[in-house]
Amino acid sequence: MLQAIGWAFSNGRRARRARNMLPLALLCAACAPALAAGQQRIVSVGGSITEIIYALGAQDRIVAVDTTSLYPAEALRTKPNVGYLRQLSAEGVLSQTPTLMIAAEGAGPADTLGLLKSAGLRVMLLDEQPSARSVIDKIDEIGRLLDLQQPAQELSAKVRKEFEDLDARRKTIAKRLRVMVILGFQNGRAMAAGRKTAADAMIALAGGINAAGAMDNYKQLSDEAIIDAAPDAVVMAQRGDDDVLPASIFDQGAFKATPAAATHNLIQMNANYLLGFGPRTAQAAQDLMLRLYPAMSPAKPATKP
Amino acid sequence: MSSETATAAQLRSFVAGRKRRTHLGFLILALVVILSIVVALTSGPISISPQRLWALARSAFDGQSSGQTSPGLARDALVLFNIRLPRIVLALLLGAALGVSGTVMQGLFRNPLADPGIVGISSGAALAAALMIVLGHHIPGVDPALMQTVALPLAAFLGGLTATLFLYGIATREGQTSVATMLLAGIALAALAMACIGLLIFISDDRQLRDITFWTLGSLGGANWQKVAVVAPIVALLLGATPLLARGMNALSLGEAAAFHLGVPVQIIKTVCIVLVALAVGVSVAVAGTIGFVGIVVPHLLRLAVGADHRTLLPMSAMAGAVLLVIADAIARTIVAPADLPIGILTALIGGPFFLWLLLRRNRNIDL
Repeated sequence: MLQAIGWAFSNGRRARRARNMLPLALLCAACAPALAAGQQRIVSVGGSITEIIYALGAQDRIVAVDTTSLYPAEALRTKPNVGYLRQLSAEGVLSQTPTLMIAAEGAGPADTLGLLKSAGLRVMLLDEQPSARSVIDKIDEIGRLLDLQQPAQELSAKVRKEFEDLDARRKTIAKRLRVMVILGFQNGRAMAAGRKTAADAMIALAGGINAAGAMDNYKQLSDEAIIDAAPDAVVMAQRGDDDVLPASIFDQGAFKATPAAATHNLIQMNANYLLGFGPRTAQAAQDLMLRLYPAMSPAKPATKP
Repeated sequence: MSSETATAAQLRSFVAGRKRRTHLGFLILALVVILSIVVALTSGPISISPQRLWALARSAFDGQSSGQTSPGLARDALVLFNIRLPRIVLALLLGAALGVSGTVMQGLFRNPLADPGIVGISSGAALAAALMIVLGHHIPGVDPALMQTVALPLAAFLGGLTATLFLYGIATREGQTSVATMLLAGIALAALAMACIGLLIFISDDRQLRDITFWTLGSLGGANWQKVAVVAPIVALLLGATPLLARGMNALSLGEAAAFHLGVPVQIIKTVCIVLVALAVGVSVAVAGTIGFVGIVVPHLLRLAVGADHRTLLPMSAMAGAVLLVIADAIARTIVAPADLPIGILTALIGGPFFLWLLLRRNRNIDL
């Protein structure tokens, strides 16, 4: 140890120069064998991105996922977890010897992304808007990155078709319902989804009106605000199998006084399916629409655009 | 007469014994620091064995690594020099800064509950950081990347400093700073800051909420050489000033009036201590978020082990704080690999029970 310190002092300048040159030299050395083998090693960061890669059948190329990669459940069960997408660890990601990181916009922290790029890792950030357009673009982009253009085009065409059917179906709705999406309860109070949320976009896709559209983001609602919002239907986004006892929700003071209670209109859906904005989103929106408007036939609409 | 010489001899042997213990303490601590660095260098999600470490160190110092190295060795070198080493150096610097700051604050306030947060830095910095996270996107020209790398740390640093100056202003009347007023005002300011953070949390969205949470738990995950370069001069200033402060702080432990009559420039020492600690803790919060418990556990432990002489206590606090943070960070990046655990969770998990044990094994209560 002491010898090493002595060395460091006597060769300080040389060492510094070597350290500066090191990354460049290493890059080529590190990338060459991976390219030669032709096998991508992907770190997939973001629920919808992991879902799309699985949907393209390229899951074998994924070497690690993040904690938001909830679907398919197999992803987090079988692949190493690099943590929450906003709090990635540079060394953790590199320890999986990836050749490519595909991440949802907003992944970080920025310093970690900088370190990863300087280590020669190709980092691709994909737009993450809760919209049909964004889902389709994401599928095409991932197809390009994985060199799977053909299957990606098939998938995005299928998804686009589903969204178009959904649009056509939505036009047949005579009277739109007021819908409130609840993400669970904190201290007995409902956390409702306001504007600027994935839930708000989902309600619109399913042909509803966001009953909590007077506020932004996810917030706890007071009893009076719930009565004022007057939802015709309450959608419970469930994180797991457990969660609150939803049957009793209409026994609670505020919800008792809503139109939804009168018809017992409670819809339970998996939170990730409902709000993930991946390839299953059009289906999820259609599921929600059919449960909101049961009179609508599940068969394809007669009028095609 | 004979009894007096006996007492003097006893005193001499006591002093000699204490000196020996102090020297031994420094030696042991120095060894532990080196050991912890080696352990930290070899632990992480990418396993680098001590032999590998040696080979890497040699090739780096020889300056001709690129030729004959294998790709695995190349990657390890990159990880070691660009990711792990800056992280360890940052942990050393911040640990030393937090440990010394804790000792200085406890000495200055003559209160075992005082920690660096007491001068309002942590609450001020946390509030400024939360403000930036939730409302920062309204500032023109601040894009998300700039926000995380520059705007957020800068806001935290300035927030901490502002809070300290504010408290200092409240507690200073006619050129005299009342540490008791500062202590109480610090508690009030912390409550106020928490309320404002609560308000910001209420209007924040999902992601901002997660960012605030991570910020308050602290992490060394984003360490790089730029951050080390920012932190190093300020920590050096703090460490360099401590030998000059030690005697004055020893006198202060007798009480301010007694210290004043011993010829100690009490007000100057108070001002210098507060400013240095505010700078050091402010910069540490700025680069790594709030890391708790180092500043309170380290001084207590050392005072029990080596006594209350600040001449030994201050340098030892630096060493022990550095060891604690380096080890905690090594665990943080290994225990849930390839993810990273926020380090504040670990320092509290290690520090909390240890602190309680320390209190339990004392056979008398502490007077505050």
